[in-house]
Amino acid sequence: MEPLLKVKNITKRFGGLTAVDNVSMQIYPGEVVGILGDNGAGKSTLIKVISGVYHAEAGQIFFEGRKIKISNPTEALKIGIETIYQDLALAENMNVYSNVFLGREKLKKFLNLIDILDHDYMLNESKKVLNRLDINIPSLKNKISTLSGGERQAVAISRSIYWNAKLLIMDEPTAALGVAEQKKVLNLVKTLSSQGVSIIIISHQLHDVFSVATRLLIMRRGKKVAEKITKKTNADEVVGLIVGSLPGDYEDNAIEEKILK
Amino acid sequence: MINYNKSREIGINILRRWTLIFLIGEIVFFSVVGTNYFSLKNLQDILVSSTTVLLLATGETFVIVTGGIDLSVGFMVGFSSVVSAKVMVNLEAAGFSQLLSIAIGILAALLLGLFPGFINGFLVAKLRVPSFIATFGMYGIAYGFAEIICNNVPVHNLPTSVGSLGHGYLFYWLPGKIFSFLSKPEILTREELKNLLSIIPNVTVITFIFIGIFAFILAKTKFGQHTYAIGGNINAAERAGVNVKAHLIKVYMISSFFASLAGVMYVLQFITGRAPAGSARLLDAVVAVVIGGASLSGGKGTIMGTVIGAIIIGALEIGLVNLGIPTYNLHIAVGCILIFAVLIDQFSPELIQKEEKI
Repeated sequence: MEPLLKVKNITKRFGGLTAVDNVSMQIYPGEVVGILGDNGAGKSTLIKVISGVYHAEAGQIFFEGRKIKISNPTEALKIGIETIYQDLALAENMNVYSNVFLGREKLKKFLNLIDILDHDYMLNESKKVLNRLDINIPSLKNKISTLSGGERQAVAISRSIYWNAKLLIMDEPTAALGVAEQKKVLNLVKTLSSQGVSIIIISHQLHDVFSVATRLLIMRRGKKVAEKITKKTNADEVVGLIVGSLPGDYEDNAIEEKILK
Repeated sequence: MINYNKSREIGINILRRWTLIFLIGEIVFFSVVGTNYFSLKNLQDILVSSTTVLLLATGETFVIVTGGIDLSVGFMVGFSSVVSAKVMVNLEAAGFSQLLSIAIGILAALLLGLFPGFINGFLVAKLRVPSFIATFGMYGIAYGFAEIICNNVPVHNLPTSVGSLGHGYLFYWLPGKIFSFLSKPEILTREELKNLLSIIPNVTVITFIFIGIFAFILAKTKFGQHTYAIGGNINAAERAGVNVKAHLIKVYMISSFFASLAGVMYVLQFITGRAPAGSARLLDAVVAVVIGGASLSGGKGTIMGTVIGAIIIGALEIGLVNLGIPTYNLHIAVGCILIFAVLIDQFSPELIQKEEKI
């Protein structure tokens, strides 16, 4: 099978600091990949390169087999790469379905003359996508400000799915959520994956990542130090890789570690 | 339990529509206490005297929903009144027909009035000047230019038709005898003239046509939807593909358009153009918007609410005059209503606005 996204030898520098150093990765349709690493390991920089926020100094990105150049987040969205942000980018004063359709409102003709909002259509379509993802929200006419953090996240995700996102990037999706809510979000990730959506998930909560990701990518000081199949590793090994007490799998890192020792 | 839920629902509905209930209560009160308050003429007078506030507040609603404020409209009324009056006077003097002079005068003021709004919007959207500062600057500039244009003297000697247009009514009705549209029936006895009903002032008709159009735009269209989105979360709107900068410029242009329209209506009503015309109405307009349910932090508000807010102020003003109470008391009453409105908004946000169609 061809990978949905393939990132080759990405390097991103900020002045003298190399935030991402020659990192490669790929993700297949419907796969959930976790990116792990300590603060400053370069996880966020890497995903920001993928989502078009940053431009890499070196390296290539392939999406569905084609080489692409993503110069801004809007282009990433058009291709089908969507980042679920911490602030979720929802208008809290508006209701659920208006947010799903924000910027891409469905219109109908009023008196065959003027374009007006087609509330019924937007409500029904939003209902459909939320049902498809097993999301329960009492009423889609409720304003976002009345929803919980997990529900808001679900709305943001539903919106991206409705608009055909193929790759979701989730940065700390369970931070700031209650326990029950965390579980819902993780279940949602599983549902999405089973429907063929690929997901890159970044989290400090090892447990969360282990429960949903099939593959783990561990970064340290801007470098990819290891890539593990979740089933064939454990939390201790991963923590060791994150903090650097275990040597990584990749040549240059391994050599460096030996020299340091 | 069912009873509790039901009474709770009634309570929520009362809170949600408190402004309308307040307005009705106000009218009932003055009708009982005052003399001839509840009469066709007096109720129409309320609408006519609210013209400036109604128009300013409608434009201001758009700006306030985006989370900004437009102070320039205070003197934009005067600017527009001076421009249109001056153009009418000069064109008539140059030999144009009255009707043409008036039409061109109105058009000139409305078109020129879009320009300050464009600058306001440009400053706010592109150069990130706080709206309070940008429009306050324009407030002074508009006043200064208005005084320059009219050389510090009110513009007089307008075409005579201005008055018949501004003081005319949509219908005239002598029950059982005459029904006339737009023009006042001629050849009436003194007795008949006394019984003649004048229904809906022209000024009010024009005012509500524009308010209706823009209420529709804010409530039903994509443009309105984006206005709410910008006020709710400007980053979300931008990220969703809304052209926020262009949208904000349009919103400030709508506001200055309504201020110019208020200036034109001022000319029709008072048959003169004055630089400070309507400037005292700026705060009333903002108050009307807030009473109507908008929040100065943006994202909320409707034209319907604003209209009710404006009429609450207008009905109060006429009511105090009716009772012979000095109108400075109006400020006390309006101040109290404003604070009350904000308190209701603060303490029952979720109850009142759980479901909303935006």
